[in-house]
Order: sequence, then structure tokens, then C-alpha cells
Amino acid sequence: MKLVTAIIKPFKLEDVKNALEAIGVRGMTVSESSGFGRQGGHTEVYRGAEYTVDLVPKVRLEVLIDSDRLDEVLDAITKGAHTGKIGDGKVWVTPVEEVIRVRTGERGHDAL
Amino acid sequence: MDSALNTGDTAWMLTAAAMVLLMIPGLAFFYGGMVRSKSVLNMLMMVMGALFIVGVLWVLFGYSMTFGTSIGGVIGDPTEFFGLESLMADDPESTLPIMAFVAFQGMFACLTVGLIAGAIPDRTKFNGWLIFGGIWAILVYFPVAHWVWASGGWIFEMGVIDFAGGTAVHINAGAAALALAIVIGKRAGWPRTPMRPHNLTLVMIGAGLLWFGWFGFNAGSALAANNTSAVVFLNTFAATCAAAIGWLVVEKLRDGHMTTLGAASGIVAGLVAITPACSAVSPVGGLIVGVLAGVICALAVSLKYRFGYDDSLDVVGVHLVGGLLGTLLIGFLATDLAPAGVNGLFYGGGAEQLGKQAIGAFSVMAYSFVVALIIGLILKAAGIMRISRDDELSGIDLVEHAESAYELGDSGGGGHFVGVGAGSVRRDREEI
Repeated sequence: MKLVTAIIKPFKLEDVKNALEAIGVRGMTVSESSGFGRQGGHTEVYRGAEYTVDLVPKVRLEVLIDSDRLDEVLDAITKGAHTGKIGDGKVWVTPVEEVIRVRTGERGHDAL
Repeated sequence: MDSALNTGDTAWMLTAAAMVLLMIPGLAFFYGGMVRSKSVLNMLMMVMGALFIVGVLWVLFGYSMTFGTSIGGVIGDPTEFFGLESLMADDPESTLPIMAFVAFQGMFACLTVGLIAGAIPDRTKFNGWLIFGGIWAILVYFPVAHWVWASGGWIFEMGVIDFAGGTAVHINAGAAALALAIVIGKRAGWPRTPMRPHNLTLVMIGAGLLWFGWFGFNAGSALAANNTSAVVFLNTFAATCAAAIGWLVVEKLRDGHMTTLGAASGIVAGLVAITPACSAVSPVGGLIVGVLAGVICALAVSLKYRFGYDDSLDVVGVHLVGGLLGTLLIGFLATDLAPAGVNGLFYGGGAEQLGKQAIGAFSVMAYSFVVALIIGLILKAAGIMRISRDDELSGIDLVEHAESAYELGDSGGGGHFVGVGAGSVRRDREEI
């Protein structure tokens, strides 16, 4: 089992979600987040005082999947999140030891 | 028995007084949106707290100190109308019940003290602020309002025009704000740490309420529902629109964007500048006062970075500078076609009015600055002026008021109910 974590542009969430649903992924966790990478921040001006804002708003999306589906899931996320401009984000994969569905107590593959 | 009471005037003055009251929460929102989310409640409470304290003082002896029989042109007799009891009786010869005037003027006192709070958010002890506000009202606002507006007051008798309070309200509060910003010192991290306004929609709501209430402030200062109040109303409208444009054009040329905060600030700058002048200029004169206020105040708010004082929400740049501008512009733009009936320099009236305006403005500025500085230094020495650096960094709302402004999640913060009045129980236990 794998945990796929993706940091994407907020306005691409809908595209990524649709792409994952299209290949049968049934759940995900999404949180608002912020950070910076190569895109850097922006400047804002208040009464003439200019501030740099380094942290850019992003969406963090997490999906638990079977290992054998990894490639198609990564494919769906990168295609859905792609604009070609700087700041499209990153995706990484973490191995997962165990998953439990709280309601039923099912474990492993059955809990996905 | 015949009564001279004019019901139209009375209805308008009671309405205008309520409109000025509405400016106070308006000011609280205007300021509150500009601070960070961790100190918005304290900002609201500083402005509202000034209302509570000064309102009580006004009823007890503030009105009497301001409009009682003049003692040497300097102060009204504080005992004459103590507690206002003697003013309750119906006076059949008066067109306006005196209590309507007392209420209207009381709102001015409360608002003026509230204005000062914008210079010192995030870092001022709440009880220290309330004590400062009360003492400043007694030592500065009541006397200055007497000088400027009361029959017998020395500035009034000199022939200075301050229709609704450019000198008595805005220069007065702005000078005190400068003194207090210097005494209390900079916010931790200013100016390197970004201190962005946390809610600009709240700022614009505040500016809108201020603008609405300001019609009561200015047009109500005619003390009647008549031609003067209507001219003043229109001039107030004209100057404010022009000021917002002036501020936004400066921003567009200097920074590249017209901002929401700039629009809200321009509105207030225009209202401040037209306040003393609204009875003395033509509508086109009002437009000129407004656009100059917008441009000059937009430039003036940057002075604090050059001189290194943290007037956090620009009380000096908007109220002191805007108040000075409007007060002095009367000397140039006054026309005898307007209700005040005086000609300024540009209308062939010579420099006489300008000289009077300058004497009034700079006297009040100097007096307010010095007395505010002294009160501030005494309270600072007593240790009741500024919260600790740690408290400031973690947020004054929690430290001074035990509240958070925004609870947007569903987790309840992960706590539990402790009990009613549990704070005092816990304090007792900690003492043991």
C-alpha cells in the first residue's frame, strides 16, 4: 500500500479530483496549505508599504492506494495538476504499513 | 403656553446624534480590519471602551466643562451643569431641547478619544488605555472643545472657523496619537515583520459606516434642519468622493495598483479634511479640499517609516494631516456665498482668516501633544501602559480579553467546559 501526497495549485483541485474519480479512486483527504518552492511568493502593498509574501496558498491532497495502482494514480494526478507554469507543485509516494477502517475494523487492502 | 420648539430641528438633531454614535463602531471596524487577527478584539474594545468611559464623564461634568460658563476663555464651569439635572426642564423659548445638543456633542467627545486608539494597537494594556482616555478627555478634549466651540472660548472668540471639528476633533486626536505612539513605542518586529490587515472587507464596512455617520457629524453641526445643514451635507459628499479618487491615483502612479485599503483610507481622509470646512466652501471648493486631502494623506502615511514612529493605523497621517489641511484650506477657499460667510485668500478675503486658522490649529496641536505625552509618560512609569513582549507576540486578544475573534473549525479547539466563574477559583488555587 502507498500513500500518495500531492501539493497542487488550488484551482487545479477539481481537475485532479475528476481524474482520480475517473480511474476509480474512491477517497482522498484535502487540506488547505501554504508553502514555497521555486515559484517564490508575491508582493502586496498596504498604504504604500510593500510586503513580500513568501508562502503561496496550495492544496495538499493525500490518497491511500494499492501498490499496483501507483502508476495510473500518479499519472492522473500529474496530468490533472499540470499547467506547465512554475508552481504546479510536487507529488511524492510513501510506503504504508497498515490501514484500518475505523467503522468496521477491516485492515489492509480491505480497508482501502 | 406657546412653545418655540421646532420639531423638525429636534428630530434631525436626535437622528444626527445617533448617526455620530454609529461612527464609533464604524471606526472600531475600520481599525479592527487593519490589525492582525490576533488583536482585532482588543482594537474593537479600545474604541468602544473610550465610548463607555467618556460617555460617563460627559454626563457627570464633561458637558459642563465644555459648554458651561467660560472661565477666562479656557474652560467651562464644571459645576454649573454637573450631572445634567438642571437641563431636564422644558425651555419654552428654545427651538431645540438642550438635551439634544448635549447628546450630540457627547458623541463627539467619545469618538475623538476613540480615534487615538489607532496609533497604539496590539500592545497597549486595556486598563492603561481606559485611564489614559479618561484623563485625556478631562485635560484635553473638554477644554479644547470649549476653546473652539463654546461662546467665550478663546479660539471661538478669535473668529476661527471649525464647523464640525477639524481642530477640536481631528488635529486634537492626531496630535495625541503621535505623542502616545512615541511613548508606547513600536510593535515588536515593526517595520520588518509583515503586519498585513487581516480583514479588508471589515475595513470597508467601517469606512461605509463612518461615511454615513459623518453626515450626522457635519450636517448635524448646523444644529438645525435648514439650508446650512443641506449645503454642509453636499460638501461632505463631494469632498469624500474626490478624496478617494485622489488617494487611488497616488497609489496607481506610485505602487501600480488601486487598493481597497486605499479607497477606504481616502474616504476617511476626505471626511476629515472637509469637517472643518464644510460650511465655508462651495461644492467645487469641497472637491478641491477632498482631492488634496486624498493625495496629501496618501503621501503622509509614509512619514512614519522615515521618522521611525509606529503610528500603526496612521492616525497622524490621516487625522492630524487631514485635519490641518482642511482647517488651513478654509483660509484659501472660503467663499462668502457659503453659510459661514467668510472670504478666504483666493476669494479676495486676504490672509486674515488663514492666520486665525493657523493659530487655532497649531495651538491645539501643541497643547494636545504635550499633555498626551505627559499623561503617557506617567502611566508608562506606573507600568500600566504596555503589555509584555511575549504577550504581544502571542496576541493581545487572548491576554487582555481571554477571547479569540474567529472560531472557524469544528473541533472546538480540543478543550472542555470548566465551570462558571472558574477563572476566580483557579486564581485562588494558584495563590495557595
